[in-house]
Amino acid sequence: MSTVMEAAGLVFQPYVLLVILGSAAFGMFVGAIPGLTATMATALLVPVTFFMEPVPAIATIVTATAMAIFAGDIPGTMLRMPGTPASAAYVQDGYALTRQGRPESALGASLVFSSMGGIFGTLVLISASPALAEIALKFSSFEYFWLVVLGLSCAVFISPGSPARGLISLMVGLFAATIGLENPAGAPRYTFGSVELMGGIQFIPAMIGLFAVSEVIRAFIKRGGEVRPPATSGRGIFREQAHNLVTYPVQALRGSALGTAIGALPGAGADIAAWISYAISKKFSKTPEKFGTGHVEGLVESGASNNGAMSGAWIPALVFGIPGDSITAIVIGVLYVKGINPGPMVFITQPQMIYAVFIVFLLANLMMLPLGWVAIKGARQVLSIPQKVLMPLILMFCMVGSFAINNSVFGIGIMLVFGIIGFLMEENDIPIAPAILGLVLGPMLEQNFVTSMIKSEGSFIAFFERPIAAGLGLFTIAVWSIPLVMWLLRRRPGAASRPQDS
Amino acid sequence: MHFVKTAAAIGGLVAMTGAAWAQEYPERPIQLIVPWGAGGGTDAVGRLLGAEIQKEMGVPVNVVNRTGGSGVVGHSAIANAEPDGYTIGIMTIEIDMMHWQGLTDLTYEDYDILAIVNADPGGVMVSADSEWDSVEGLLESIKNEPAGTYKASGTGQGGIWHVGLAGWLLSEGLAPDHVTFVPSQGAAPGLADMVAGGVDIVPSSLAEGRSMIEADRVLPLATMSAERQDAFPDVPTLAETTGSDWTVAVWRAVAAPDGLPDDVKTKLMDAVETAYNSEEYKQFMTDRGFGLRWARGEDATEIVANDDAAFGEVMKEAGLAAEE
Repeated sequence: MSTVMEAAGLVFQPYVLLVILGSAAFGMFVGAIPGLTATMATALLVPVTFFMEPVPAIATIVTATAMAIFAGDIPGTMLRMPGTPASAAYVQDGYALTRQGRPESALGASLVFSSMGGIFGTLVLISASPALAEIALKFSSFEYFWLVVLGLSCAVFISPGSPARGLISLMVGLFAATIGLENPAGAPRYTFGSVELMGGIQFIPAMIGLFAVSEVIRAFIKRGGEVRPPATSGRGIFREQAHNLVTYPVQALRGSALGTAIGALPGAGADIAAWISYAISKKFSKTPEKFGTGHVEGLVESGASNNGAMSGAWIPALVFGIPGDSITAIVIGVLYVKGINPGPMVFITQPQMIYAVFIVFLLANLMMLPLGWVAIKGARQVLSIPQKVLMPLILMFCMVGSFAINNSVFGIGIMLVFGIIGFLMEENDIPIAPAILGLVLGPMLEQNFVTSMIKSEGSFIAFFERPIAAGLGLFTIAVWSIPLVMWLLRRRPGAASRPQDS
Repeated sequence: MHFVKTAAAIGGLVAMTGAAWAQEYPERPIQLIVPWGAGGGTDAVGRLLGAEIQKEMGVPVNVVNRTGGSGVVGHSAIANAEPDGYTIGIMTIEIDMMHWQGLTDLTYEDYDILAIVNADPGGVMVSADSEWDSVEGLLESIKNEPAGTYKASGTGQGGIWHVGLAGWLLSEGLAPDHVTFVPSQGAAPGLADMVAGGVDIVPSSLAEGRSMIEADRVLPLATMSAERQDAFPDVPTLAETTGSDWTVAVWRAVAAPDGLPDDVKTKLMDAVETAYNSEEYKQFMTDRGFGLRWARGEDATEIVANDDAAFGEVMKEAGLAAEE
């Protein structure tokens, strides 16, 4: 109990609370601007956190991302431009409601159920993490290897578009991860004698490039498309939500739980959670035909889901040091900088820090309700900033962020190169998320594979000798083979029946 | 802010004109390069020393992290700066190893070493669940079993603890790779892997294992130093137990590019010495569990040179040095 009190003491300080409020406003702003993702909000905050104590630094990121994921629904609903990829799944329904003159119904549902999903995920995080940490202490390189493989596989299989495109993107990321000196053998690779390249491709400039700079490039190439947003009154936002909660309790709970579970998987984040929850909601709905026409049901479920995933992603990040999504990937870096090395040990050595993070999570999700209300009211102003003013500002922030990581112009170079790569990828419908995961998980994949092989003296059997490793390994192989088996089964009767049909 | 910028600009101009009308050093901010990430041990030492040197010199000391490439990037940045006293840096033990590995041509001779400000001896640590309770017992097991039976971890390939382990095994009359070394991203992951049963030994500094030792997950068997460590008075030295005379320690030094003017060098060394002797520095080092060690100028250079020769020998025998 004293640990909880100590943690509360770390959080409930005027400075920390002020930081939470400020980053909440920042998160709302970034999330509400189309093209700026919660991930980018995090990346932009990283240089700011350099100057903070650990707890406010983490509070900044937790709060800003939770807000951004909700705020992404605002332009999605009003302009049919999802503010973050996590809002893309249900943008059709939200926009349809706006055209029926009921944007408050859609945004109110987003707000209330986002908050609910976030709190649900946090409760799971609080109750399950310490137990998971005890299990994680038994994780050696063999188990981590399978976890990483599982994360990479999920990224490919669930990514929007075809698995082949996901795989291309993943390979881009994995290749970039091989550059530099930080590999198990300590051998320089693809460095061409450059001391800067020996340091490898730094993750944050690369990510800022892939997500933000590519968006800036797109905005300058494809001008126009600025739409005047409809006016919102801000009244009646919470009015219908009690009714929705009574009508769709199962959906809200299912969305929260599934979102948390998907978020906890390394390699799957809020956007994938939202898509899957929307799909499930439609499948089990009594009125699936209404989906996409301004039906709140799917909005409730996937709105809860994407915020649940935000919290869920912290479970593997804190317990294993493995990022659950691209946001927690950055968070792990920040944690290291702050001397909190994520992994099972942190629960033993710094439990008060972990509880402080939990408290911040609850605060952030509760604060979402009043701030969301203000944001919905103010959204009209943010959305009417002309793009030609907005985009140069974004580019400037990108450069500052990339430079600050290592005080080196090289970071800006990485950012620009990856901005072009990201633009070319998206123009060819290749998703960016798997590349990010490749860049983050690539070194872990290599490290764990090579060290495992050294330990086992070159025997592959060792990957199945420890019980947890065997379980994870078999599960991974099942994930790989089930779609293949299903495809073969479907193909055989199909091939037999087709001649009869024609 | 405006004043500082102006001052920096004027200072820069003066330096560029060959310091024609040289003023009293220092007249503009000093940059202190840390070759490791913000938040790590070296960063913390650098920032604290920077603040103390700033008090002493009366000009701002800006700490800049130049990370990556296992320290190569930052060490290069220090060595390649102008030797005018306005760029100094924290040099770490990797400078005595990375040139043997063929990663860079830089050696300690490319620097003017101002002082060594910290040292932490290596140790021998095993999991609390393991069968051993003494380093003699561990050595007995290592000697009785075929090479490769036991595994150790705690740093990257060719890193300080890898060399430390190889040196210890050599001193006991064993092959340097009798215990297989598994590279890790540092002592903490190595220790976690040992507790999970992945490896048997972690030869890193006892300070790095302190939290795990206090949590009764890790058992320290010995310290690779000539005398017992103040923070771990119950842990015997190798000499007391197995009789090995092998010692190894990581140190951190303050260094500048080679070729500093003598007056600047003396001034900097004095400032670092005052910083080292400050109450803040001593308190901080004790709190973090870092070992205090002082050696100035030529004494420090001698320690660095001796380690360089010793590591070169061990790394060649262990096959860790690059072909020449």
